[in-house]
Amino acid sequence: MAEKTLFFHGIDYSILVIYFLFVVGIGFALKRHVKGSTDFFLSGRSIPAWITGLAFLSANLGAQEVIGMAASGAKYGIMTSHFYWVGAIPAMVFLGVFMMTFYYGSKARSVPEYLKLRFDEKTRCFNAVSFAVMTVFSSGISLYALAKLLELLLGWNFNFSVALSAGIVLVYIFLGGLTSAIYNEVLQFFMIVFGFAPLSYLAVRDAGGWAGLKEKLVGVATGAGFAPGTWTQSWGHLGSSHENPMGIEWFGLAMGLGFVLSFGYWCTDFLVVQRAMASHSLSGARRTPLIAAFPKMLLPFLVILPGMAAIALVHSGSGFTLPADAGGHSYNFNMVIPSLLVRYFPPGMLGLGFTALMASFMSGMAGNVTAFNTVWTYDLYQGYFAKDKSDAHYLWMGRMATVFGILVSVGAAYFASRFNNIMDLLQLVFAFVNAPLFATFLLGMFWRRTTGHGAFVGLLFGTGVAAFHHGLTLPIGEAVGVKGGWLGSVVHTYPSEMAQNFWTAIFAWTACFVATALVSLATRRNKTDEELRGLVYSMTPKPADADEPWYQKPVTLGIVALAATAVLNLVFA
Amino acid sequence: MNFDLRLPLGLIFSLFGALLAIYGLISDPAIYARSLGLNVNLGWGLVMLAFGLIMFGLAWRARLKRM
Repeated sequence: MAEKTLFFHGIDYSILVIYFLFVVGIGFALKRHVKGSTDFFLSGRSIPAWITGLAFLSANLGAQEVIGMAASGAKYGIMTSHFYWVGAIPAMVFLGVFMMTFYYGSKARSVPEYLKLRFDEKTRCFNAVSFAVMTVFSSGISLYALAKLLELLLGWNFNFSVALSAGIVLVYIFLGGLTSAIYNEVLQFFMIVFGFAPLSYLAVRDAGGWAGLKEKLVGVATGAGFAPGTWTQSWGHLGSSHENPMGIEWFGLAMGLGFVLSFGYWCTDFLVVQRAMASHSLSGARRTPLIAAFPKMLLPFLVILPGMAAIALVHSGSGFTLPADAGGHSYNFNMVIPSLLVRYFPPGMLGLGFTALMASFMSGMAGNVTAFNTVWTYDLYQGYFAKDKSDAHYLWMGRMATVFGILVSVGAAYFASRFNNIMDLLQLVFAFVNAPLFATFLLGMFWRRTTGHGAFVGLLFGTGVAAFHHGLTLPIGEAVGVKGGWLGSVVHTYPSEMAQNFWTAIFAWTACFVATALVSLATRRNKTDEELRGLVYSMTPKPADADEPWYQKPVTLGIVALAATAVLNLVFA
Repeated sequence: MNFDLRLPLGLIFSLFGALLAIYGLISDPAIYARSLGLNVNLGWGLVMLAFGLIMFGLAWRARLKRM
């Protein structure tokens, strides 16, 4: 693939090594604070909101996100911002203002445990098992991608890279548990900001500033057969799916991405919710996603803008190029960030930028491992194998689960390097399981009539409909198989894979919603009103946040976040 | 209570900032051709140093308040 390898000088290695020492050092420093399982899995519910907020953001800001968003910036232009300004902020505000009250207030220690309290054992089990499997595989995919990149750029041995990164993550989580992961996520957040802000600045400056970039992107858009402003207007070309490179129209985007997928991820994924649960108080937990919303809405300038600048520079004869993709007929857009690092950063900044990239791989992995060890220990091990052991025993099990989770991740990384298509298949299955989830939570939290049988049947049915829809449709130009159409006949062809994903999610969510509601009406309630106190909206007293100043109230923060997001949407519409 | 995260943040970014700023002063100016003629090590190093010192300051203030 790319023949340009990164050349590291002494200063670059120093930065990398100092960073590693700090990460491990934080683990050692936190070790003596871990006295019981609550400290290990929930940070003793003692972390200030600004820290959980940045960790909440950072847990999602893995390297796949950074690299993938820059790639999308090059492929689709400013429309990629919909993943932030439509597909994240509203869901984060909803989580903070409404849902966090039930997660934190119920004293559930995990999202699956909330499902057990609200519904029943089988719903919890389904969610816990699928989530546990999913997190270790995601962590393995992170590890694989990191080792691959190090091999490509620095010429490091694949095995060495896997062992080094897995080893570091293992040490700091084993010692300090969730607090260690959270502290390192905050450190990683600042590394990303300091490492990528100058990169974004230099790339845009080289493209002639925002005005020059806009002008250069006209050529990119018309060259691809779209209207001139397609790469620089986020809403102007969503009238029909043929007007833009994403192949999606406004309804599919708003419903599929903005509602189903985004609420499903931000409001129900334990990986992010766990960060808020570590907060010192209910109000801190509610403010966590709201505090995260503000830096989140600015991330497009850090990760999407460099991608847009990169494609503009490639097409304007500046001498900057991207390596070709495996097939050779397009660019390998995943190389946007590494190629820009090599092009613009001198020794020194290069070390910093590269360390930031590595940091995000490792914290992506750590986030998955901490979510895994908690769900395994509390929901599966304590739930089904060893109910009444001492707290010290569960703490020990958490550490063992950390070791086990990382070993499986390493296995998954090697598996991914051999059987890439099986990994694609697994991710597809996870997507089917995740798509309907938000319908279950929405009904569960806001309609007390929802029953355990209803929730369980709804989830299974929604997952089935997702698979069914995927099996009957195909993105244009793709072969029948893992991309869809495997049920024998193709009923509908989508203009892009993204459109197919969004619509799969919409169908799955709707199916789950309807099935849950119908089965709930047909079955008897399995929880009394008393049991639902703190778990359902109508059964829970309004959280008293009278003791904080008005500008710190979740509702205020939520309104400001939504207003600011609306402004950003309008400015770049 | 865990230790104040602002201490390690202050430490690492002061260190990185100082390292890059010093390297920016002693390095050959020719290496900045690729960063559009800007000595990014010096400039950004100073920004990071300032951020690190602010983090130290905040941690220090919080400590005084607790005492």
